[in-house]
Amino acid sequence: MTSTSTAPTLILGARPYGEEPTDILLAEGRILAMGEQARGHAQDLEKVHELDAAGLLALPGMVDLHTHLREPGREDAETVETGSRAAAKGGFTAVHAMANSSPVADTAGVVEQVHRLGRDSGWTEVYPVGAVTVGLAGEKLAELGAMAESSAQVRMFSDDGMCVHNPVLMRRALEYVKTVDGFIAQHAQEPLLTEGAQMNEGDVSAVLGLPGWPAVAEESIIARDVLLAQHVGSRLHICHVSTAGSVEIIRWAKQRGIDVTAEVTPHHLLLTDELVRGYDPVYKVNPPLRTAADVEALRHGLADGTIDVIGTDHAPHPTQAKECEWSAAAMGMTGLETALPVVIKTMIATGLMDWRRFAEVTSEAPARIYRHSQQGRPLQPGEPANLILVDAESTQTVDPGGHASKGRNSPFRGMQLPGSVRATFLHGHPVVLDGALNSPLKQSQAQRKVTS
Amino acid sequence: MRHLLSTADLSRTEALSILDTAEEMAAVSTREVKKLPTLRGRTVVNLFFEDSTRTRISFEAAAKRLSADVMNFSAKGSSVSKGESLKDTVQTLEAIGADAIVMRHWASGAAAQLAASDWTDCAVINAGDGTHEHPTQALLDALTLRRGWTAARGEDPRGADLAGMRVLIVGDILHSRVARSNIWLLRTLGAEVGLVAPATLLPVGVQKWPVSVFYSLDEALASGPAGGPDAVMMLRVQAERMGGAYFPTAAEYTRRWGLTDDRLAQLENHRTAAGAQPMILHPGPMNRGVEISAAAADSPMNQVLDQVSHGVSVRMAVLHLLLSSSERNTA
Amino acid sequence: MTRSPETSHVMSASDMDRALTRIAHEIVESHRGIEGLLLLGIPRRGTILARRLGERLARIDPGFDPEQSTGSLDITLYRDDLRAHGARTPEPTKIPGAGIDGATVVLVDDVLYSGRTVRAALDALQALGRPAVVRLAVLVDRGHRELPIRSDHVGKNLPTSREERVSVLLDEVDGVPREEEAVVIQRHAATSSPPATGSPAAGGGC
Repeated sequence: MTSTSTAPTLILGARPYGEEPTDILLAEGRILAMGEQARGHAQDLEKVHELDAAGLLALPGMVDLHTHLREPGREDAETVETGSRAAAKGGFTAVHAMANSSPVADTAGVVEQVHRLGRDSGWTEVYPVGAVTVGLAGEKLAELGAMAESSAQVRMFSDDGMCVHNPVLMRRALEYVKTVDGFIAQHAQEPLLTEGAQMNEGDVSAVLGLPGWPAVAEESIIARDVLLAQHVGSRLHICHVSTAGSVEIIRWAKQRGIDVTAEVTPHHLLLTDELVRGYDPVYKVNPPLRTAADVEALRHGLADGTIDVIGTDHAPHPTQAKECEWSAAAMGMTGLETALPVVIKTMIATGLMDWRRFAEVTSEAPARIYRHSQQGRPLQPGEPANLILVDAESTQTVDPGGHASKGRNSPFRGMQLPGSVRATFLHGHPVVLDGALNSPLKQSQAQRKVTS
Repeated sequence: MRHLLSTADLSRTEALSILDTAEEMAAVSTREVKKLPTLRGRTVVNLFFEDSTRTRISFEAAAKRLSADVMNFSAKGSSVSKGESLKDTVQTLEAIGADAIVMRHWASGAAAQLAASDWTDCAVINAGDGTHEHPTQALLDALTLRRGWTAARGEDPRGADLAGMRVLIVGDILHSRVARSNIWLLRTLGAEVGLVAPATLLPVGVQKWPVSVFYSLDEALASGPAGGPDAVMMLRVQAERMGGAYFPTAAEYTRRWGLTDDRLAQLENHRTAAGAQPMILHPGPMNRGVEISAAAADSPMNQVLDQVSHGVSVRMAVLHLLLSSSERNTA
Repeated sequence: MTRSPETSHVMSASDMDRALTRIAHEIVESHRGIEGLLLLGIPRRGTILARRLGERLARIDPGFDPEQSTGSLDITLYRDDLRAHGARTPEPTKIPGAGIDGATVVLVDDVLYSGRTVRAALDALQALGRPAVVRLAVLVDRGHRELPIRSDHVGKNLPTSREERVSVLLDEVDGVPREEEAVVIQRHAATSSPPATGSPAAGGGC
């Protein structure tokens, strides 16, 4: 298959949301037909590519609200091109590139550059996230309006990596984004309580002699911000919730009707601070790996709807940034290519949620939060053909060496994980087939679809 | 035993083996010929990323008494951000032919990382890593405590543990690698441990440690079945902890947690179950007038100079046991 | 390690007793008395044998004070084969009385084999002082010397092959009843190749 034109695809025998097997016909970037009509319609089309999907699940393409693509500035760690490939392989049809590039994405110029690089790559949709404050410095508001009105049409603003800790500035940011129908994604970390912090503060940090990162540093900011969001009537999204206390506060806020949404990373659903005992910096991440009790609370929070979405916080780093002393090592882990298996392992295999809920937290809810019209849509005729085929029965041993991301810093390396992405369709185009990268969506097609 | 990284890794048997070997090493130090041929032709590198002349010369003396070749590598301030990485430094030392790396590092866990890496086959001895551990300090403290504990009973120290001994560790537990290493080793050897500190200088979760915790030194000094401790270990208060961040003033610290003349008098009058005076230990260098009064620093109960000489014996024992270990590939 | 269970006794408890008594007489004879005599056993079995020799010497000549004239000399820290053997916690070195200067030191060990233990013992002695004479007494000499070292007093010369393992079983070390003490040879299976350095099995001195 070439990338110059996308032939229609007839998917045979896939199970949407893990339910009854059916045929799905993709053409012109949309789901043209499903079920018995699919084959009939296919006969009217030319050069239909048939894909045997017996035993595979069909799910809406995943949407990641939290990705670090590193470009511009840290192309040694990742580029939009390599990060997009990783996203496609991982089953993501849209990613949101965090603003902590160099220069910071705090102007229309930078967000337009990232947006254009994403369109050029064609492996997934790339939406730049705008910085809340100039240079992520937490001192004055960045040009949120200009970024919103740019060709990138930014709706999500975040200083991720840094917390908007000044309460007045946070209030103003929440108020200001109302004018562009945007929202603030907060990285909740009280900076004074986490000065020099290296890992979760608790039993393990006490023994390891590493400066601790107390849960209260996250929870106090979340508590403050949900109250601020309520006060100014704005939309607030909490990035990478990591503690049981945070889940409690968000549950309370939602009960009060506050317009808050929350995200959890795959790694916080599986890994705990016990892993730090060997001082391997691959486990160093912000927010830090917490305790087994936190993991349990996060899983239940995700299952019961307190937490809305999975966000990978995919954070690739060059080898030398992790091959050093723990205290000197960079924080972050790759996640795009392991997100689906980890969520299956922690949420599906445990019986905590079904595939409908999986589609909600990995696709529908993040798309709804961003107010995408072409992502996170149901698998129905007439909807955009952003979908993935998943083999939920297979298991794979994670080998970061085989990842499309430049980052090799996967905390899941060597682990046996269930499920794999067999195909990813981006506006009907198979960017991934047979579990391997196929070809990108042609630029003109992408432009046409994305701006619709 | 392949490396010495943490006293938490030491079994009772291993710990006693080190202490018993150290006793023999101490005996050698009293002979006319203080040198042993044990490590002839072996190379020990002292790799110090942080200044510590005391620890370095102690390891140097230990290695030299065992006839090892010693190289001192001061890499202070070195880190990824400042140029050469730990990996490159260590691979250089490996290429030079080091058999053991004695490492002092500002980063907690650096020695463990080195031992777990494939950067080197050297035996790794942790000579203090950040605020994590300082196992040879704890071993020399244990050797000192065991000497006193058995001497009071007229027993041979060899093979003895510290069962029944009550040791108070006073000061900045939170940031002390000496305290951590001592706590695990003392517990392994059967001693009871009491920690005494302001709550700001105790780690979160200390309640789960196998120790008792006191906020009041006076209360701690009067506790226990004998109405007092068998030994008191005073930790150095770092200058950067003073000035209001962890406790209001040095004077308030001294009043509440310092080994003052009054508290010294109380210890002098106390008799342990074996009828001896309690021992006073300090890892040095002492802040006279802050955590320890001048009189307490100079008291005959104070073991600080014995600790120094025991340091050489213990480090000889560790070098001997690690470098003559058959686990190391000799091919 | 593959090993055939074939074991044979080559000395009984009474054989060992008689051998020690004979060695004690030889020592007195060759030294022309007991003046300035110092028995130093090499741990662990040599120390015990030295003590037993001392008791016999005291019976031969009551002027011999075992307390003042027997001790132990640990050679762990002087060995040249620690890498091959692995670390061992040193046993105490106990030099009684006035030390070794000018004394006739009789080193006592259970089995003489390659001679490396004795070489290490000579080095250790050198670090302690300057004896007038050094002699060597062993319960068993099994041959296969790797150094120019010979014993002055031997309980039994025992022709062996390198594949064999000679063990001296003593009450104090091995927990066998005194009357069941023995010297035994165990023949290893032919598949186990001899160690390159001719290093002895545990319990058999080098």
